[in-house]
Amino acid sequence: MSNTQPPAPPDDVGAEVAVKASPVRPAPSAGRRPRQRFRLHLLVFLLPAAAIYTIFMVYPLVDSMRLSLYAPQDGIRMFVGLENFVHLLTDDLLSARFWNAVWNNLVFFAIHFFVQNPIGLLLAALLSSATLKGRSIYRTLLFIPTTLSVVIVGFIWQLILNPIWGIVETPLLGQSSTALITLSLMSVWQYIGIPMILFYAVLIAIPDELLEAARVDGANGWQTFWRVKFPLVLPTVGIVSVITYVANMNAFDLIYTVKGALAGPDFATDIMGTLFFRTFFGFQLQRGSSTMGATVATMMFVLILVGVLLYFFVYQRRVEHYEL
Amino acid sequence: MGGFVPHVILLAYVVVACGPILMIVMNSFKSRQAIFSEPFAPPNASSFDLSGFETVFERSRFELYFFNSFIVTVCSVFLVLLLGSMAAFALAEYRFAGMTLLALYMAVGIMIPIRLGTVGILELLVSLGLVNSLAGLVLVYTAMGLPLAVFVLTSFFKQVPKELKDAARIDGANEYRVYSLAVPLIRPGLAAIGIYTMLPIWNDLWFPLILAPAENVRTVTLGAQAFLGQFVTDWNAVLAVLTLAMLPMIALYIVFSKQFVRGLTGGALK
Repeated sequence: MSNTQPPAPPDDVGAEVAVKASPVRPAPSAGRRPRQRFRLHLLVFLLPAAAIYTIFMVYPLVDSMRLSLYAPQDGIRMFVGLENFVHLLTDDLLSARFWNAVWNNLVFFAIHFFVQNPIGLLLAALLSSATLKGRSIYRTLLFIPTTLSVVIVGFIWQLILNPIWGIVETPLLGQSSTALITLSLMSVWQYIGIPMILFYAVLIAIPDELLEAARVDGANGWQTFWRVKFPLVLPTVGIVSVITYVANMNAFDLIYTVKGALAGPDFATDIMGTLFFRTFFGFQLQRGSSTMGATVATMMFVLILVGVLLYFFVYQRRVEHYEL
Repeated sequence: MGGFVPHVILLAYVVVACGPILMIVMNSFKSRQAIFSEPFAPPNASSFDLSGFETVFERSRFELYFFNSFIVTVCSVFLVLLLGSMAAFALAEYRFAGMTLLALYMAVGIMIPIRLGTVGILELLVSLGLVNSLAGLVLVYTAMGLPLAVFVLTSFFKQVPKELKDAARIDGANEYRVYSLAVPLIRPGLAAIGIYTMLPIWNDLWFPLILAPAENVRTVTLGAQAFLGQFVTDWNAVLAVLTLAMLPMIALYIVFSKQFVRGLTGGALK
């Protein structure tokens, strides 16, 4: 691999930065240079990006978490501590909706995980084979769905799966038993290009000597794949899965486009994103609540954090990383 | 593996990936009757029909939605590249107290989805009077794109040879001039980040729906969503909207697909 990191978050985002950046300069006496005077250009270079990021991303995130500790009482917001969370997790109606959304979201992710990885890996392995003709055409065509808007993807499949059109007989999106699985597969269809390309990047970076050595040792193509290529791809499977998990946990557009904010039939396709939207904006008879919405968003953050930490402490420790 | 099997599998998946898209585009040029009687047939002289497109341009302000999406996307990508490259240059070039912390602070935003701060963002934009404005969307999208841009561009700037920069300094260039000399050298990084930032912004539904739902600032994605909901039974119009919303992005992607893949694979291209 060259040093130019691909714009996919590397597997060691935090660590990478910490390692790459030079240590904070020690006291002036130990430094190579005397203490520098105030450097205006540093401020000019850094302030605009830091300011926009802080004001429009960090501050709202922190503010949302703060709001989850408040509740409106007689028109003013009062500090209520963790009451909103207790309410969300124990109230008969709300908690049923919440756990249903968590479960559906995990199913949504599981389908991504189990379908995306094998198919993505198969396509990447085929694309990276040395003798393939027309590689760049395949690569371009296979990635096209990934560039589409989720709204468009939702509608394309709604039309194609519409029994009126007669291509499929059963209303897959209309039955609670099949709606969530169908939506998940629509999402996989759209995003599979990303794991495919990332696996492909790993496979084409494997040095020829390594594959040559395997051949000399008498390994056939099948053995070379499972014993040489596959172990090298495994760390990337982890990264792809984390990216997918984070994206799935705040997915919204597809469900909203195809099933509306009510995520029917009978909440069968309700995930965290749609629950958040309804809680925040209200729907039909229920009034929206920004503090309860902030509580749901904070729970989404917790779920994402748990998933990412599990990856860092369980998966990354177990998987061998090879330096090429 | 023989030379034949890989092509069969890849072609089968090309049909899976592109078939549905082709079907939508093809049928958008056909009469209502032909759409239902022969969904898989390409349009011919007798079935060719543009009534769907006529409906779209008569009954909605699609050209305005395109304009809005264009303005929002171009401004956001420009700001992400400009401000992101400035900050990345400083992080790569200088050593100062707290730089590791600052780099980490920016990098945290790569993993945290900005949507979780929606409640706070809406309240902030209300207090700034930026709800239902393109400027509000641009600011939010710029904040969303900056963390990854700074992170990736920093590693690109670190590869610019030091001799070049020092030579410029000896010739009397100030730091801003040095930055402007270094930027053209990281063009591949800028191209990759540009495409990366552009796609999710152009395709986003969440923020336009929540922050800018008004008719005059609607983006293509939100406009298509609203139109599709309203005309759901008019198949010609629905297919035409889908085609209109898809084609610009697909065309742009095909033109830039090399840079795009190169960005994803870290510069390697086989």
